[in-house]
Amino acid sequence: MSVDTDTVRRIARLARLAIADEMLEPMAKELNIILAWAEQLNEVDTSAVEPMTSAVQTTLKKRPDSVTDGHVQGAVLRNAPLAEHGFFVVPKIVE
Amino acid sequence: MTDLTDLSLAEARDGLRARRFSALELTDAYLTAMAAGRELNCYITETPDRARDMARASDQRLATGGGGALEGIPLGIKDLFCTKDVLSTAASHILDGFIPAYESTVTANLWNAGAVMLGKLNLDEFAMGSSNETSFYGPVINPWRRAGDTLKLVPGGSSGGSSAAIAARLCLAATGTDTGGSIRQPAAFTGIVGLKPTYGRCSRWGIVAFASSLDQAGPMARTVRDTAILLGVMAGHDPKDSTSVDRPVPDYEAALTGNIKGLRIGIPAEYRVDGMPQGIESIWRKGAKWLEDAGAEIVEISLPHTKYALPAYYIVAPAEASSNLARYDGMRYGLRVAGKDLTETYERSRSAGFGAEVKRRILIGTYVLSAGYYDAYYLRAQRVRTLIASDFKAAFEKVDAILTPATPSPAFALGARNDDPIGMFLNDVFTVPANLAGLPGISVPAGLSEDGLPLGLQLLGRAFDEETLLRAAGVLEEAAAFTARPAHWWRT
Repeated sequence: MSVDTDTVRRIARLARLAIADEMLEPMAKELNIILAWAEQLNEVDTSAVEPMTSAVQTTLKKRPDSVTDGHVQGAVLRNAPLAEHGFFVVPKIVE
Repeated sequence: MTDLTDLSLAEARDGLRARRFSALELTDAYLTAMAAGRELNCYITETPDRARDMARASDQRLATGGGGALEGIPLGIKDLFCTKDVLSTAASHILDGFIPAYESTVTANLWNAGAVMLGKLNLDEFAMGSSNETSFYGPVINPWRRAGDTLKLVPGGSSGGSSAAIAARLCLAATGTDTGGSIRQPAAFTGIVGLKPTYGRCSRWGIVAFASSLDQAGPMARTVRDTAILLGVMAGHDPKDSTSVDRPVPDYEAALTGNIKGLRIGIPAEYRVDGMPQGIESIWRKGAKWLEDAGAEIVEISLPHTKYALPAYYIVAPAEASSNLARYDGMRYGLRVAGKDLTETYERSRSAGFGAEVKRRILIGTYVLSAGYYDAYYLRAQRVRTLIASDFKAAFEKVDAILTPATPSPAFALGARNDDPIGMFLNDVFTVPANLAGLPGISVPAGLSEDGLPLGLQLLGRAFDEETLLRAAGVLEEAAAFTARPAHWWRT
């Protein structure tokens, strides 16, 4: 498996990162170096192994499903790049 | 009177309780040292006014015989922990101006115990790095230099502000976080102690997330005892983090009995890596001898999948990071760079806000999680992770703790490894396996390299057996008698 510039463009789009055209080639090269190095994982026979899903075997603790917070509009909006009338202001999504 | 910044945390605590000096005097001593040490670039934000207010409040509580476990103790906080009303940046441009309306659980625990906040410490951007060179706020400089040399060295990473500040006496102790070695490697590079607790021992709530199945907060300090005291305050169950484990927090300081008679210490054959400097090989042998002399039994063990830990880590960690960092979209907080529509605004904000290393990891993570590659990369890495955890499980049937070097080299020069991502990853070769397996690990300063730089030894333990780790680490510390300190070249 080898990453080409089209693939970099596609995954950058998925990740919502703008990559300048002249950076596509060097980025593809870097990703290929790292992915080629990671290929050594193919040496390991994992056919009978379950993937790890939790670092420590434990039963997650449950809590009552109740409201414990709220009425903090000011705190929610305090870091907004743009806010008006108690709302976040964002670019138009629907015409 | 001796310089108050020379006291260990335990000594400072006892001196404060005996009223030999005030919390305000102790805090002022550190604020003065911080002002003189800005060349090291340890702090992103200093909070002197808050520190003095907290110290005064501590003095009032101490005057009436009250106070918590850390009453009046001045700490630095890695700037990955959200602190209420204080700029919290993760060393990233994308969190420009972010002032949390809440406090992380771990830091809240520290303040409730009476600790004083000196400021927010520099780190690699989003904790992604092993040299503290990816910070938007510039690199941190290691207070240590090679003998007879003025070349600037890295303090390790990602908790490089924490490690350098402790070594330079710009804070008494600090918080760190460790996803692949980010507490233990910088501790080794600066001659201090750093402990990564078992996954789930400390709450992750309010800590900027990097790789959620690997991230764990932990203490960094000058001595094993100081580390034990801090861990006791940081640890505990938190209803706000369902992965934090509800089990009692032991008295870690009481675990430092100095008695390791009969303790079985494993030496893993796979940790002898090619090209490891002679100094590290010999300090490792010395460490085993010290433990043996104290009554421990040394056992050769094998952790056969060790060599696959790094590649598995560099699939799993970027995958989780690409998902966690999706939240930085320029809409609700942080940097926004406007574009012609919503998508372009996302792309411009994220491209301007993230540094090169963070972008690289997001792209790798997005790739390995994308359709068609998920099984080949991510799922395979998670299966290898199971094998690595099984290796440890088998080893801990034969031994009680494992001794390894903390890093394959001492601190290196700024800029020395920036063109070689895999060379940079190799820094973490001894630390990453414990993160993948969720196990606790501690780095203890053990000696100096041929050119006068600190070297660390690492102990790894069973899940939730930080007490054994600390006890054995205490024995190593005493035997090593590491008293070397960096020359104060930055106070000119």
